[in-house]
Amino acid sequence: MAWREMFRALREGPLTEPATPPPEDEVAILAARLKAAAFNRLGRTLAIRQVDSGSCNGCELEIAMLTGIVYDLERFGLKFVASPRHADVLLVTGPVTRTMHPALTRTWQATPDPKWVVAVGDCAIDGGVFKGSYAITGGIDSALPVDLVIRGCPPTPTAILDGLCALIEANAREPRRPR
Amino acid sequence: MTAHAILDTAAFVACAPFPRRVLDQSAWAEFAAALAATPALELLALWADPTHVHALLHDRDSADFLPVSVAVEIGLYPALSPTRPAAAWFERMIRDLWGHTAADGIDQRPWLDHGHWATTTPLAARPSPNLAAAEPAEFLTSEGEGLHQIAVGPVHAGIIEPGHFRFTCNGETIVRLEIRLGYLHKGTLGLLRGKSPRAAARFAARLSGDSTVAHAIAFAHAAEAACGVAAPPRATQLRGVMGEIERIANHLGDIGAIIGDASFAVLPARFGWHREAVLRAAARAFGHRLMMDAVIPGGLAEDLATEGARAILATVAAIEAELPGLVRIYDDTSSLADRLQSTGTLRPDLAERFAAGGFVGRASGRRFDARRIPGYAPYDRLDVTAVCLDQGDVDARVRVRLAEITESIRLLRLLLTELSDGPIALPLPMASGEGIGWSEGFRGDIWHWLRLEGGLITAAFLADPSWRQWPLLQAAIEGNIVADFPLCNKSFNCSYSGVDL
Ligand code: SF4
Repeated sequence: MAWREMFRALREGPLTEPATPPPEDEVAILAARLKAAAFNRLGRTLAIRQVDSGSCNGCELEIAMLTGIVYDLERFGLKFVASPRHADVLLVTGPVTRTMHPALTRTWQATPDPKWVVAVGDCAIDGGVFKGSYAITGGIDSALPVDLVIRGCPPTPTAILDGLCALIEANAREPRRPR
Repeated sequence: MTAHAILDTAAFVACAPFPRRVLDQSAWAEFAAALAATPALELLALWADPTHVHALLHDRDSADFLPVSVAVEIGLYPALSPTRPAAAWFERMIRDLWGHTAADGIDQRPWLDHGHWATTTPLAARPSPNLAAAEPAEFLTSEGEGLHQIAVGPVHAGIIEPGHFRFTCNGETIVRLEIRLGYLHKGTLGLLRGKSPRAAARFAARLSGDSTVAHAIAFAHAAEAACGVAAPPRATQLRGVMGEIERIANHLGDIGAIIGDASFAVLPARFGWHREAVLRAAARAFGHRLMMDAVIPGGLAEDLATEGARAILATVAAIEAELPGLVRIYDDTSSLADRLQSTGTLRPDLAERFAAGGFVGRASGRRFDARRIPGYAPYDRLDVTAVCLDQGDVDARVRVRLAEITESIRLLRLLLTELSDGPIALPLPMASGEGIGWSEGFRGDIWHWLRLEGGLITAAFLADPSWRQWPLLQAAIEGNIVADFPLCNKSFNCSYSGVDL
């Protein structure tokens, strides 16, 4: 019966929605931050490693939607990879719990330079509602240098995709040097 | 004495709607031993406050729900884990958070506290500073020729929550899995204290994001019970609408992901498409894709948007139209049958012993559904059908969830066509009291307990169904191959954040 689905897909065309262009001001800010020499060019593709450092899993739900047919992030040259050793970007969610702090730092250390850290969700920005708890160290910047934040609780898949596309754009204009 | 006879000797403390029994230490110890001969008394949750340890039990025969407590003496209380192994993780958690030790507990290793917190026993009356350095975790041993270990996590390869899985394998076959959680401990119970139920609802809504509605409902029920009020009918009906939307969205996403783990792409694409449609309908109707913070103690934060009902009904109609065709593909694809059938089998006797809730229980013969018993509005008028199978494998869990989608669509239609008019919330009095609330999330029965003094929370516990499901994953995986673990894990889909608190 799967043929019927395939036939329909051929007849009706893809369900994936057209992309929104990345916000120009965000691109400009990122590009400016990256005034580095144009070497080690990664091109217009980024490998992403998602790390949950204390999330409620709401952010993961919306990030996971990016891999489906509606948002289809691979068409932008973005791809989730299974190991930090293969990643250009760490996409980090949640406040940093004291218990995840060591694992998060080690994941960052295992990610080859040059690398980006994107903090996804209000918790990742400053601890969100969990601010002040004995069990967290704060937002992602309490453990790692953060390059880009994406707001929301959780951010919509569109907001996450916009942020990542801005990152690709900035990276293509001004590739990042190893730290 | 029998367990029931011991309970009859207990003193009562006011707790709505189930009065709480208090046993002294010797009676509790006798009760713990008597549980061995009383399998019908199921343990649903175990938690503490600075002076007492509390258990929530369910009597399968009489359908009674029984909170029972014991005073802690010099840091000790008699363990339940020798007769109720599901108590073991709770007992370890209680020691880490409150410092009460279960004497003779079957497992005394730390659970949530991995040694990185600034204080130990953070919820105790007087927490002490943590002076020791974190020590490596101890794992259970397995002995035999040719055994090797595989350590996975806390950072996993997919887009999932962190936890550590320690596999002991013989070749490809898993002989033992030990799960170590606690990485997501955010101090949620501590954050609840000193807040009004309205302010604290934000934390309950973020205990496990995929069950945000279900936890918010259980929390609201607990707060309303403690204050002696009931939410208005329109609010309970719309809570039901949100709860069923959340169930459908999670079932769609997870069924797609399980089939995706078996590398069959057509179905995950379609299930993912429908999940997105459901989330968009939720955003149209309630202003947020996951409906976070929409349910508050006393009612709802906002009413259903004007076009909301129509958006929801159109979305579920599209699902209903396509679902039979998708199920036919599922049935006809032999590679799926090969991967999913007789994989990760949970035996019904184990599901019963651990009082496994939700589709994990219902795929292994345990029919429990908190919408039916003890029940709550609006389901008391809806006659919910609980789909139940007994094969207990990955396939059975998928089939139970497929059937639940259809049932949820039926309930949604009933609720939306007969919506009452009237207020959506009422104010909570600044009351003192204790309450227990529950709801049936997509994963199973959720139990919340609150104690209020002058309108503020002084103690609380939020029990996700995963407490009673995770340990069963350890059992169900035995004898399976390592490559099938993602499939089995996804088919249980227990919450990490929900039990890490
Ligand atoms: S930002 Fe919101 S959804 Fe994301 S982890 Fe925090 S509480 Fe959960």
